[in-house]
Amino acid sequence: MSGELVRLLSDLKEPEALAFVEKALGEGVDPMDLLGQAKEAMNIVGQRFASSEYFIPDLVFSGVILKRIVEMLEPHIKKGQEAERLGKVIIGTVAGDIHDIGKDLVVFMLDVNGFEVLDLGIDVPIEKFVDTIKETGTKVVGLSGFLTLAFQSMKDTVNGIKEAGLRDKVKIMIGGGQIDEQVRGFTGADAYGKDAMEAVSLAKGWIGG
Amino acid sequence: MEKKWEEMSADEKQEAQFQKLLAPKDPEGKDIQFQSSEAEKSYKERITRIKDAIQLKKLPDRVPACPLPNMFPFNYAGLTIQEAMYDYDKCVAAFKKYVLDFEPDMHIGASGPGPGKFYEILDYKLYAWPGHGVAPTSSYQCHEGEYMKAEEYDILITDPTFFFSNVYLPRVFGALEPWGMLPLLPGIVEMYGVAFSFIPFGLPPVQGTYKALFEAGAEALKWAMAMGGVDGELKTLGFPNILGGFTKAPFDIIGDTLRGTKGIMMDMYRQPNKLLQALETITPIMINMGLGAARQTGNPLIFMPLHKGADGFLSDEQYKKFYWPTFNQVMVGLIEGGCIPLPAAEGGYNTRLQVIKDLPKGKTLWMFDQTDIIKAKEIVGDTLCILGNVPSAMLQLATPQDVKDYCKKLIDTVGKGGGFIMGNGAFFDEAKPENVKAMIDFTKEYGVYK
Repeated sequence: MSGELVRLLSDLKEPEALAFVEKALGEGVDPMDLLGQAKEAMNIVGQRFASSEYFIPDLVFSGVILKRIVEMLEPHIKKGQEAERLGKVIIGTVAGDIHDIGKDLVVFMLDVNGFEVLDLGIDVPIEKFVDTIKETGTKVVGLSGFLTLAFQSMKDTVNGIKEAGLRDKVKIMIGGGQIDEQVRGFTGADAYGKDAMEAVSLAKGWIGG
Repeated sequence: MEKKWEEMSADEKQEAQFQKLLAPKDPEGKDIQFQSSEAEKSYKERITRIKDAIQLKKLPDRVPACPLPNMFPFNYAGLTIQEAMYDYDKCVAAFKKYVLDFEPDMHIGASGPGPGKFYEILDYKLYAWPGHGVAPTSSYQCHEGEYMKAEEYDILITDPTFFFSNVYLPRVFGALEPWGMLPLLPGIVEMYGVAFSFIPFGLPPVQGTYKALFEAGAEALKWAMAMGGVDGELKTLGFPNILGGFTKAPFDIIGDTLRGTKGIMMDMYRQPNKLLQALETITPIMINMGLGAARQTGNPLIFMPLHKGADGFLSDEQYKKFYWPTFNQVMVGLIEGGCIPLPAAEGGYNTRLQVIKDLPKGKTLWMFDQTDIIKAKEIVGDTLCILGNVPSAMLQLATPQDVKDYCKKLIDTVGKGGGFIMGNGAFFDEAKPENVKAMIDFTKEYGVYK
């Protein structure tokens, strides 16, 4: 029976996957084993997305199914059993911009690839990035933006991090609709990623894993 | 004798629309008075240039230069977006300055910012705009959400107007919340019981919505007069606006502001048949929306911002099943009505080029953003006119020389043989004026067909 949940979730079979979890829990299967299978499945989803077998709707839907599975498993899992994470990444849409679809995809992909992601949300003020870097000691910060005004806002955020004396402690990546290498140069960020997979490889390169 | 409109073919209708543009009338139906004979000459040359680029029948005299900015004209004039939204005189003055300073071959009017007070009167909840969730200098931005719930497809499919009046509009306009109480109009059929249907109109909250509507309508009219005024004036100065209105691909209607991105993606798995039915329901409405706007404005170009069908957003299979069929129907419906769809493919559209290449020839104008535009020319260049794709980042951050180099490449490749209009790839708010100027002036100089 082992591996069945991996298959059902990675193939996006929602009713079947949920029924399987319910039955397995009833039969006394270790919830940590089920959680492990769910994680393995999400890894497969991420790989399929990276190889263009899956697209954004598949990614979004797998996230929806995973959330329901985790909700079913949670009451059965003791605190402190969660697995180790690769490292922390801070992500937010920069001040003045309230777009979140792209950012949410990056958060999702980092999460399924084992990173602990602190999502600061949208229209994030510079100070909030600075404070969160100080509090968490993260090594990687991701700035997202969709509008052309985000170019300046990203630059201001990078400068804010520099002025707080934290610039050499973090790597900064940027991304979003109109972002390219030219914008990266303008903002002073370390790298830009054109999609969520690139965010993952950048974070892996900087943090390891 | 001239053929009646209904008897014309799509080809003839489109040609008639252009001929109408070439002999422009004022609102009273008289020939418009150009401010000079040069203005009249430039106006007609511009229309002809755009017509030739779109129709793919004749090589234009040169590549038309038609940037389609978003908030750039207002930033350029030193206004905040808030001022452009609330002070209509300043808004149109700024727009006029942009057109006169940059002299594009076509503009799309000053209506981008929209009437701020109108949104306030109706308490529009779907967007953040300056003073309402974003800074005075920021453009308006959508609050994504599920404004239509997953279980509401049947209401939309059965009676879209009822869905909009009683379910959707009360959610997105605070001032129209009491519309949830409105009666079912097709129930008003005979004397017995008819008065019951009218009880809601006696209730103070419902009556309040009509007060708000009168006020909002008056504000919209005031704004529209200002917009129409500057359009008319710019026309007499030689600068055409041929934008007739807007409509959308049915998938984007549901995916953008009804179910939202996540909502529609879940529906593709959980209730695909309902989604397909709803898309079918919306299709004729979207066709009529475009045709109606074109009739009202007398302009043939119908803007269609494309979102959820871009590269990556859907697989090929999903695109062909959920996005393309009804999007195609809308474009065909517009074309048959003599209109020219202007789809703006935000993001990339590389994986869709093979699908769109079967559109009727010379009937659509496509704005491409991050699509490989040289590849696009190869695949769809015989079918449609391409507008694009100077990147936003380049307009804001590069030098005029960089812009010229990029435009040269576009003219040499995509411009070859016609069917190309120089423009930006995505609607931009910020840009260096000298870069926008370089894009236009260089095209006028280098883009001449010999």
